[in-house]
Amino acid sequence: MTTTTLDERVGTTRLSDRLVVRPEIGALLGAVVVFAFFSITADQFLTGDGVATWLDDASTLGIMAVAVSLLMIGGEFDLSAGVMTASTALVTAILATQAGWNVWLALLASLVFALAVGAFNGWLVMRTGLPSFIVTLGTFLALQGLNLGVTRLVTGTVQVSGMRSADGYASSGFVFASTVEIGGTKFQISILWWIGFAAVAAWLLVRTRFGNWIFAVGGSPVSSRAVGVPVKRTKILLFMTTAVAGWLVGSINILRFASVQANQGIGLELQFIIAAVVGGCLLTGGFGSAIGAAIGALIFGMARQGIVFARWDSDWFMLFLGVMLLAAVLVNNTFRRRAERVRR
Amino acid sequence: MTSNRSGRLGLVAAAALLLAACTGPAAEEPPGGSSPEVPAETGPFRIAVISHGTAGDAFWNVVKNGAEDAGRALGVPVEYNSDGDPGNQAKLIDNAVAQRVGGLVVSMQNPEAVRPSIESAVRAGIPVVTINSGEEQSAAYGALTHIGQSEGVAGEQAGRKFKEAGGTKLLCVIHEAGNIGQNQRCDGAARGFGSAERLQVDISNPTDVQARIRGAVQTDPSIDAVLTLNSQVAANAVNAIEQVQSKAKVATFDLNADVVAAIKSGDVLFAVDQQQYEQGYLPVVFLKLYRDNRNVVGGGRPVLTGPDLVDKSTVDQIGAYVERGTR
Repeated sequence: MTTTTLDERVGTTRLSDRLVVRPEIGALLGAVVVFAFFSITADQFLTGDGVATWLDDASTLGIMAVAVSLLMIGGEFDLSAGVMTASTALVTAILATQAGWNVWLALLASLVFALAVGAFNGWLVMRTGLPSFIVTLGTFLALQGLNLGVTRLVTGTVQVSGMRSADGYASSGFVFASTVEIGGTKFQISILWWIGFAAVAAWLLVRTRFGNWIFAVGGSPVSSRAVGVPVKRTKILLFMTTAVAGWLVGSINILRFASVQANQGIGLELQFIIAAVVGGCLLTGGFGSAIGAAIGALIFGMARQGIVFARWDSDWFMLFLGVMLLAAVLVNNTFRRRAERVRR
Repeated sequence: MTSNRSGRLGLVAAAALLLAACTGPAAEEPPGGSSPEVPAETGPFRIAVISHGTAGDAFWNVVKNGAEDAGRALGVPVEYNSDGDPGNQAKLIDNAVAQRVGGLVVSMQNPEAVRPSIESAVRAGIPVVTINSGEEQSAAYGALTHIGQSEGVAGEQAGRKFKEAGGTKLLCVIHEAGNIGQNQRCDGAARGFGSAERLQVDISNPTDVQARIRGAVQTDPSIDAVLTLNSQVAANAVNAIEQVQSKAKVATFDLNADVVAAIKSGDVLFAVDQQQYEQGYLPVVFLKLYRDNRNVVGGGRPVLTGPDLVDKSTVDQIGAYVERGTR
C-alpha cells in the first residue's frame, strides 16, 4: 500500500488510468454507443432537423440534471425539482397574464420565489437533520397542491395561457425561447443555456474552492466541518442552485409554450436523478461530475427521440429506455470500481 | 433506409415547400394545374399520429387502433407516438417534422404549447389534422380540419340525460387534476343538469378513487347522480356506491368491457361515447384524400365524432365492438 502511494506521488499515471478515474467516462462511452446506434438505424437522426430535435429534448433535462448532480455530489436529493419547473412557470404566467406585470418583472419575482423555496429546503434539511429525501418530498407535495390550488383560484381553470400577449414577451422570449439558425436548421436557444450552465457548473466543481467544498460535504460532512468547510452554507447554496435551475427551465418552458398546466413537471425529478446517475454521480454523494450529468441528459434525449426516428412501435419505448439506462449504469459502475482501484 | 428513398422524400418535401411558399392567386389554382409538382405516387406517404395520451391508456389505444386500421386499409404507413407532457409532445411533433412525414395528426390538450411545433409543420408544407381537443385553435394554427367531440356539449348532454332520469344532485368526478377537457365536461354537465359538485380523485390510485367516491356519497346522501369521466373510474364508483348502499346512479364518459357489462346489469345508467376510433381513422382518410385529391372536409368547422349516448337499449350491439378494441 505504502509503495503504491509513493508511486502515485512521484510517478506519472498512465493515460488510460487517468481517463478511467473520470466519473463521466462511462456516460461518454454510452453516449457514443447510443449516437452510433441511432445514426445507423434511423434515417433522419443525423439530419439538421433531427439533431436539433434531440438536442432540444436533452437541453432542459440537461440543465436540471447538472444542478441535481451538484446537489447529489453534495450528498443530498431534491425531489421538488420537477415540480419547481412548473411552479416557477406558473408564478411567472399568473403575474404576467392575470396581474398584468411586465414579463421581465414576473420572471424576477419567480426567481425570488425559487430562491426562497431552495433556501427553505436547504435550511430545513440542515436545521432538522432529516434526510433531504423526506424534506423535499414534503415540498414536492406542497408545491404540487399549491400549483393546482392557486391556479384554479386565480384563473378558474387548470392552466394559465396568454403569455404571448403580455408586456415584454418578445424580449424575454428572445432570451429564453428563441431559435438560432445554423445552416438552415433552427436550434432552440435552450441548448445554449444547457451548454453554458454545464460549463459554469463544471468549472465551479473542479476549479474553485466551492467545488472542493461540494465534494467534501458530500463525502463526509463531519470531517469537512472539522477542517473548516461551511457545511450548512454549501448545502443551502446547492439547494438554491437546483431551484434556480428549475426557474430557468420553467422560464424556458413558459416562454416557449406560452401556457402552463398546473400538473406539469410531476415525475420529472426522477429523470433528473437518472440523468445524473447515468452521468456518473453516486447516490451516496461525494463523487460525480457536472459534465457527466449533461452527457447523461444527452443520452436520454438521443434515445427518446431516436426511438421515434427509428419508427419503433411506441409500446416498447419504456422497455428500451429502461434497458438502456440499466446498461449505462452498469458500465458506469464497472468504471467506478476500476477508478477506485486506480486511486488506491 | 436507402438514400434513394430519402432523396425522393426530399423531392416531395421540396415540392411541398414550394407549394407552401407561393401565396395569393397562385395557390388558388385548381389541383390539375399544380399536379406536376405533387405527383401522387412519388415516395412513401407516411402519417405520424402524436397524441397527449399516456402509454397504456385504454382510450388512446382505441384511437391508435383506428389510425392503424385506416393505414392498413389505405396502404399508408401510420406511426403512433404519445406523451402526456405538452412540452414533450411538442418535441415529438418537431421530430415528425424533421422526418418530413407526409401528414401529421395531433391532439391538442394544451393548444398553446404545441402551437409553434404545429405552425412549423404547416410552414414545412406538412398537412396537419387536429383531433380530440383543441377545436377552437385548430384552424388558426393552420390545420386542415379538426376531428373530435366538443367536451362542453358532451358534458351538457350527459347532464341533461341525468336530469331526465330523475336526478336531483349531481357529483362530477375529475380524475386528472389539471386536465382542462375534464373541467369543461363538468362545466357542461353543470349547465345541462342545473348544477354539479366536483370531486377530485387520482386515477393512478384506484383504491383512492373508490374511497373518495364512497366518502362523498356517504357524507352527502342527497347525491343521487355520479358522473365519471373515465370508464375505470366508473367501475370504482359502482363499487363505492354498492359498499355504502347509496341510491346514487352512475353514468360515465368512455366505454370499456366493464362499463358495457355494468350497463347491461343496470349498474351504470349510460355512457357518453365520443367514438374515438373515428378520431384515429378519419384523419388518415382525410390526409390521404387531401394528398391525392386536395379534398378538405368540414368546411372550416370541426368534424364531430360524438357524443353517442350508449344505454341499455344499444349496449348489446356496441359491446362486441368494445371487445374488439374499436369502440
